[in-house]
Amino acid sequence: MILQNILIWFVIIPLIMLAGLALCKKMTQIRTVMVVCSVALLAIAGWLCVDFLAQRAAGNTAEMLYTGNWMWYAPLNIKLSVGVDGISVLMLMLSAVIVFAGTIASWKISPLPRNFFLWFALLSMGVFGFFITIDIFTMFMFYEVALIPMYLLIGVWGTGRKEYSAMKLTLMLMGGSAFLMLGLLGIYWHSGPSADGAAHTWNILEIAHNGAIEKGWQYFLFPMTFVGFGVLGAMFPFHTWSPDGHACAPTAVSMLHAGVLMKLGGYGCFRIAIYLLPQAANDLAWIFIILTGISIVYGAFSACVQTDLKYINAYSSVSHCGMVLFAILMLNTTAMTGAIMQMLSHGLMTALFFALIGMIYGRTHTRDIRKMGGLMQIMPYLGVCYMIAGFASLGLPGLSGFVAEMTIFFGSFQNADLFHRIFVIAATCSIVITAVYILRVVGKLLLGPVFDDHHRQLTDATWWERLSTITLIVCIAAIGCFPNWINETIQHSFLPIIENLKAAI
Amino acid sequence: MNYAQFLTMQQELGVLAVFLIVFLFDTFCGKNSRSAVTPLAIVCFAAVTIYGFFCTGTGEAFGGMYVTSPVISCIKSILNLGALIVLIQAVPWINSEEGSVRRGEFYELLFVTLFGMYLMISARHFLLFIIGLESASLPLAAMVAFNKNKYESHEAAVKYMFTAIFSSAILMMGLSFVYALSNGSLYFADLAESIALGSNSVLLVTAIAFVIAGFGFKLSLVPFHLWTADVYQGAPTTVTSYLSVISKGSAAFAFLVVLAQVFGAVYSDIWEWMMYALIIATITIGNLFAIRQRNMKRFMAFSSVSQAGYIMLGIVAANVLGMTSMIFYILVYIFSNLGVFGVIQAIENKTGYVSMDDYRGLHKTNPWLSFAMTLAVFSLAGIPPFAGFFSKILIFTGATESGSVALYVLVLIALINTIISLYYYLLVVKAMWISPEEPVVPAFRSACTERFGLWICCAGIIFLGLISCIYGWIYGVSEIAATEGFFALLG
Repeated sequence: MILQNILIWFVIIPLIMLAGLALCKKMTQIRTVMVVCSVALLAIAGWLCVDFLAQRAAGNTAEMLYTGNWMWYAPLNIKLSVGVDGISVLMLMLSAVIVFAGTIASWKISPLPRNFFLWFALLSMGVFGFFITIDIFTMFMFYEVALIPMYLLIGVWGTGRKEYSAMKLTLMLMGGSAFLMLGLLGIYWHSGPSADGAAHTWNILEIAHNGAIEKGWQYFLFPMTFVGFGVLGAMFPFHTWSPDGHACAPTAVSMLHAGVLMKLGGYGCFRIAIYLLPQAANDLAWIFIILTGISIVYGAFSACVQTDLKYINAYSSVSHCGMVLFAILMLNTTAMTGAIMQMLSHGLMTALFFALIGMIYGRTHTRDIRKMGGLMQIMPYLGVCYMIAGFASLGLPGLSGFVAEMTIFFGSFQNADLFHRIFVIAATCSIVITAVYILRVVGKLLLGPVFDDHHRQLTDATWWERLSTITLIVCIAAIGCFPNWINETIQHSFLPIIENLKAAI
Repeated sequence: MNYAQFLTMQQELGVLAVFLIVFLFDTFCGKNSRSAVTPLAIVCFAAVTIYGFFCTGTGEAFGGMYVTSPVISCIKSILNLGALIVLIQAVPWINSEEGSVRRGEFYELLFVTLFGMYLMISARHFLLFIIGLESASLPLAAMVAFNKNKYESHEAAVKYMFTAIFSSAILMMGLSFVYALSNGSLYFADLAESIALGSNSVLLVTAIAFVIAGFGFKLSLVPFHLWTADVYQGAPTTVTSYLSVISKGSAAFAFLVVLAQVFGAVYSDIWEWMMYALIIATITIGNLFAIRQRNMKRFMAFSSVSQAGYIMLGIVAANVLGMTSMIFYILVYIFSNLGVFGVIQAIENKTGYVSMDDYRGLHKTNPWLSFAMTLAVFSLAGIPPFAGFFSKILIFTGATESGSVALYVLVLIALINTIISLYYYLLVVKAMWISPEEPVVPAFRSACTERFGLWICCAGIIFLGLISCIYGWIYGVSEIAATEGFFALLG
């Protein structure tokens, strides 16, 4: 029975959410549905984490746990296959936390609250579905499900040049998925036989074990899939949707988008491009190392000259997400571990940033740092939270950013040739640039004299704002203080990938 | 003559029966009961549609001029379903001032064209094929001219008439060339045999080019699409929707039959490359022209031009998956396109607005209509979880099966074009949901038949893709066709 698999509930609960919202009329009902369902998601994600670790501790070393297969389109051997390893478990946890925080942060959304949450629920269904599947067709379907609600969420509830940004974001991401689709079709037709006797398979594990894709095809498919996912991971030069999109999106959508959606890109590159096409990954990684290296440095420099708070964080996201892809391309365990940690860390702290920016903007009605100052005196709670997010971003020990970046740079430095060294050193320099733009904002925005006397009447955070931010801060500190727990969860997941890569040399 | 062979033509007989019932009733009933034609036609046709799903036999009649097989019944049933939705959506228009005088004639014309399309699909002899083609085209011109008091309607009818005649003439010219190559027979099988034996002559290339051009007009493939926008705009919206889905769907399948069963032997030598060029031009130019349209009917005309290009991908794939995906694509396209046209009609009937600019802020006054429209355009653009996503992906999967690099490039171009199409489909969504202007269309309650039609379309859009057994059913019948040698000539 399909419902007995716990992973399916990550899709069923958003479906219940959609159905519930369709029936709701009043704001209180809408909030009830959203809160109940997002807490339920959080609960099963938490239970999954615990149970997963327990199973690993009990000696279950299978590559994917909780697997299930249900035939869908029999003529093409398309199945709904689910399964998780440590990485997906953490990603599910991250998504659940951010969906919860995003729901709470958009407590007073207007206009059309019901429609907002309908699209929000559809988006989260796509995200959860993406992380539970191990079948490239269903994975791609959920990927696209997650992308399209962004158009309406930004277009209807956004601010500023929202129509332009929404269109740009949607078309660029869909453009990426067009390349991705071709890559996936190529993988399917060269995948080799399926375990149940069909001639081709969509299942990631089976494709990886068959290893039947010829070298020539890999050279063609690897750029397709990597660029396809890389667009969502804000890889230079396909990152231009990200600043505009984030700047115009409403708070909860920025949170979910920077926090989770951009992780789909990194996760996809890792799970599909690198895992399934190892020969091409070994041979062509250098091209993408150059591109992601540029992303890291360029994103950080761009953030330095922005004056809009959201643009600063959007460019900072380009830099940090570039680091995720950069680390994945180093093709060794340590760097990849760092990449996963960076995904979690970036997801949480960017969500926190965007939540805080939304809260500040809701009060001051401006995001221009030149028109604000001394907010620490006026709203100390939000000020402190902003500082914590900033410190996490520039890598203060004890917070998540430090752990992630250190692991990435340690891992990257293991590649001893000159080419890698140059790019790793360049990427490391971005830490300094990050400090520049974070401290500049903190100094101008929070400390210093009050710029605008009208701001003195503003109030500090409300209870739901506190709840939303505290959830995120707790998670950031937890990763920063107990990184070993993360390490234990994901350590088994890299083995098959690294083995695949080594065998392909 | 053995009259029992008429019984193999069950679906044709069904449509003919409905035609006769409507015709006789319309002729002999009293003036007061004439409005009963509408429910009569719909109920009878619904019965035929349901009956059609049970016609799964294989058979041939008239010395092999006419054949039927499960896959042929399948495509006919799908077209029936589409025509039924068109009939349901047409009710408010047919009851309005323009339509009510000649209510019966509308149904009679529609059933005749449907009958013609069925013959076209089932024909295995070019004489029967031409009879089908003509009876599918000429009554349609009369339907296009149905809005008696509208200048545009007449203009569109004349344009449609001329292009239909012209395209038939070109098609027949091509067929006469093929005839010249053969040993004096117009049976598909005989022609195919002489083509397979004969050399790759200039005459054959010309003939195939002419045949493709003739079909190109019917399917409005670029560069034979120039009539489409004007005719779609001028025709009554009901007729436009009929033209864009049923007429196109039947022509596409007939095209597949002719190319595979007559010209299959010279697939890679001659027409594969012609089709590549046609598909790329059709998808790209259709998309680029759609971007600039403000009139919804013209907009949908160019959108359907580019959709026809995607349907053609199923033909160049030339395998079971391609055929299955093509039929499935037609099915999904029927539901999505009729969804869009349903909303256009509902708004046009109540208020007369057809421009995209008039749709601004529609969600404030008519949330359900904008919701249905959003679903339908998302499905047309290929957004999951709606059916259009599955039909697009499956047709791409079918096209890439052979693994040739050329087909991969073709699919890549088609995929990039989906982005362009997404742009203009989103323009509609943007007008309805995002534009800050005050709504132009006032709040109204659309007729219950229109709502019913839209409900069917929305249900189809949501469930056709998720419920995979429909695709499985189509695959089953296509596989039967393949084992009976549908693709035998292609090698």
